[in-house]
Amino acid sequence: MQLSCPMPKFDFDVITLGHGSGGLLTHKLLQSGVFDILKNDLLDQQHDGASFELNGRVAFSSDSYVITPAFFPGGNIGELAVNGTVNDLAMCGAIPQYLSLAFIIEEGLPMTEFWEILSGIKAAALKANISIVTGDTKVVEKGKGDKIFINTSGIGRIHPKANIHHKNIRPGDKVIISGNIATHGIAIMSVRKGLEFETTIESDTVNLNHTVKKLLDRFGNDIRFLRDPTRGGVASVLNEIAELTQLGFELDQKNIPVEEQVDGACEMLGLDPLYVANEGLFIAVVNPAIAEEYLTLLRQDEIGKNAAIIGEAGTEHPGKVLLKSRIGGRRVVNYLTGEQLPRIC
Amino acid sequence: MKYLSEYRDPELVQQYLEQIHQVTTQPWKIMEICGGQTHSLVKNGILEMLPEQITMVHGPGCPVCVTPVSIIDEAVWLAKQPDTIICSFGDMLRVPGSQKSLLEAKAEGADVRILYSPLEAVQLAKQNPDKEIVFFAVGFETTAPANALSIVHADTNGVKNYSILASHVLVPPAMEAILGDPENQIDAFLAAGHVCTIMGTEEYYPVVEKYKTPVVITGFEPVDLLQGILMAVQQLEKGEYKLENQYTRYVQREGNRMAKQTMEQVFTVNDRMWRGIGTIPQSGFEVNDRYRQYNARVKFRIDIPLARENPSCISGDIMKGLKKPFQCPNFGTHCKPEHPLGAPMVSSEGACAAYYHYSAATQPA
Repeated sequence: MQLSCPMPKFDFDVITLGHGSGGLLTHKLLQSGVFDILKNDLLDQQHDGASFELNGRVAFSSDSYVITPAFFPGGNIGELAVNGTVNDLAMCGAIPQYLSLAFIIEEGLPMTEFWEILSGIKAAALKANISIVTGDTKVVEKGKGDKIFINTSGIGRIHPKANIHHKNIRPGDKVIISGNIATHGIAIMSVRKGLEFETTIESDTVNLNHTVKKLLDRFGNDIRFLRDPTRGGVASVLNEIAELTQLGFELDQKNIPVEEQVDGACEMLGLDPLYVANEGLFIAVVNPAIAEEYLTLLRQDEIGKNAAIIGEAGTEHPGKVLLKSRIGGRRVVNYLTGEQLPRIC
Repeated sequence: MKYLSEYRDPELVQQYLEQIHQVTTQPWKIMEICGGQTHSLVKNGILEMLPEQITMVHGPGCPVCVTPVSIIDEAVWLAKQPDTIICSFGDMLRVPGSQKSLLEAKAEGADVRILYSPLEAVQLAKQNPDKEIVFFAVGFETTAPANALSIVHADTNGVKNYSILASHVLVPPAMEAILGDPENQIDAFLAAGHVCTIMGTEEYYPVVEKYKTPVVITGFEPVDLLQGILMAVQQLEKGEYKLENQYTRYVQREGNRMAKQTMEQVFTVNDRMWRGIGTIPQSGFEVNDRYRQYNARVKFRIDIPLARENPSCISGDIMKGLKKPFQCPNFGTHCKPEHPLGAPMVSSEGACAAYYHYSAATQPA
């Protein structure tokens, strides 16, 4: 989603060290740009921090965003920085409420790009219904950053019916993925310098909180565990759960949804989609009794239309994730070690 | 995916498996040459679907794995030279040299880039006339034509700041080295389909005849591999030895003439050190004299001490098929993909990495 906020007139075409000095330039940048676009009651107080009431169980999460390139098919680093933390909160079973926003900007970032990122942030915050209530802006010398880094931290109230914990996972529970895997990682790779290839694949970065809330409203603690498989992909998340629960997980490759173009790109690059990064995707481990119903409700949402049951927890091979291949063989799905690197031949 | 899904068809796989089970009456050891085939076997769970009597032995066909420490050291040395950009395929970056890997050199500030094609490296040279661009040209007969072409391309376009560090190896001499080893236990080979797509089939006849060993040129998908295994077992059971071609959709007798011509134009065959195996005569490509200005070894006068292999890595035995990764005392303990002792644990095509990533399910306790 792009908002049509016209860019205000700034004195500079690019971000300079002065914009992070805390002096007049910082003040001007915030007054004529950031505060206006992100406007809300708490932020408008313009204090050192935001003060507000919190009651009951709360989730608190923080994440830094260093993605390169900062603009990619389907989004930019700003949207990602909001959605990422919103989704981490949602995975805790929380309803995201407040967000902090801190920039580390490399000197020389064009104001137009900063504005586009800011617009992305606003659009994502609006969509997720979260308020950005405090923040920070620092500028580092040219060559000491990669255009822009963003940190967001978020707070949310835990859904009254939620009880998300790996300890709740039982043998027989179903593993459900909310959509096609590996889309985001391949979209980013398709525009990364040196690897550019032509495709129409777009990142699926999106907020998951509304869908998760809807599912929690209906199924409560029958949803045992939630996790968004970002870096390290689906394989890494499932390995973590297997290790924590000492249960074995068995996946069925033919049920794992991968878009054809993405599958083709993975084939060409020599990557396993199970290890490719995702955004806008989540894994749920649910009580088998509600699995079909859960799937039906999830599929009603745009982000869940390709959702599928991909496997289940069991007592065999504790701590390990196994995959039944398309042709019926079985293999272990291990942790990803290091970065997935394109192969030679 | 058209042209792929057909070769991953579960029903066809079942049919071939049944036939393999039917024809197999005694133990056979079959070596798949190429690391890509090894990975496909392990990743698809094919090994445990085969009859117990058939042992697949994982050959030396992973270019990353057989690149000796000394050449990695050369690459790292080049990466550290001022105003030099070293480009490589992704797999090579993690392989440890005697001191460090290219990835570590990169972390220390060297300009190391992952590319998909050596022609991109020539392009990079054009864009950076004040830098020296070196392409780390690793691979079998599959990647050699494109690397040769990059030199022809640079030469035609007057690009002077480009060179390659050649680490090319050839399949047939490696097969001969394995078959000629007194400890050899291999009954038949699955040759690498993509290598034969370039080179054709001719050079395999003498190997078949000399060692009386069946060779089946085989592809990489599950159906390809099972059909190749079936063809090999059928020959073995009948006591035959001949060259057969399973990968007919790509492999022709004469191979790719233009690719072969380009390689002949740029490269000369030389003795080559294989990691873990040792020197195999006439088993590699080096840039020939005509194009010596594009040979990084000549251009930079690389002169560094020859490093020794890590003595605790048994990669030689693994690649000759004498041992399985599980039989290495360091497998999964002192040697893991994040801290590899040798290349077979690093490369996505390496036998140790394949076992580590995919086959703990079948790992003996």
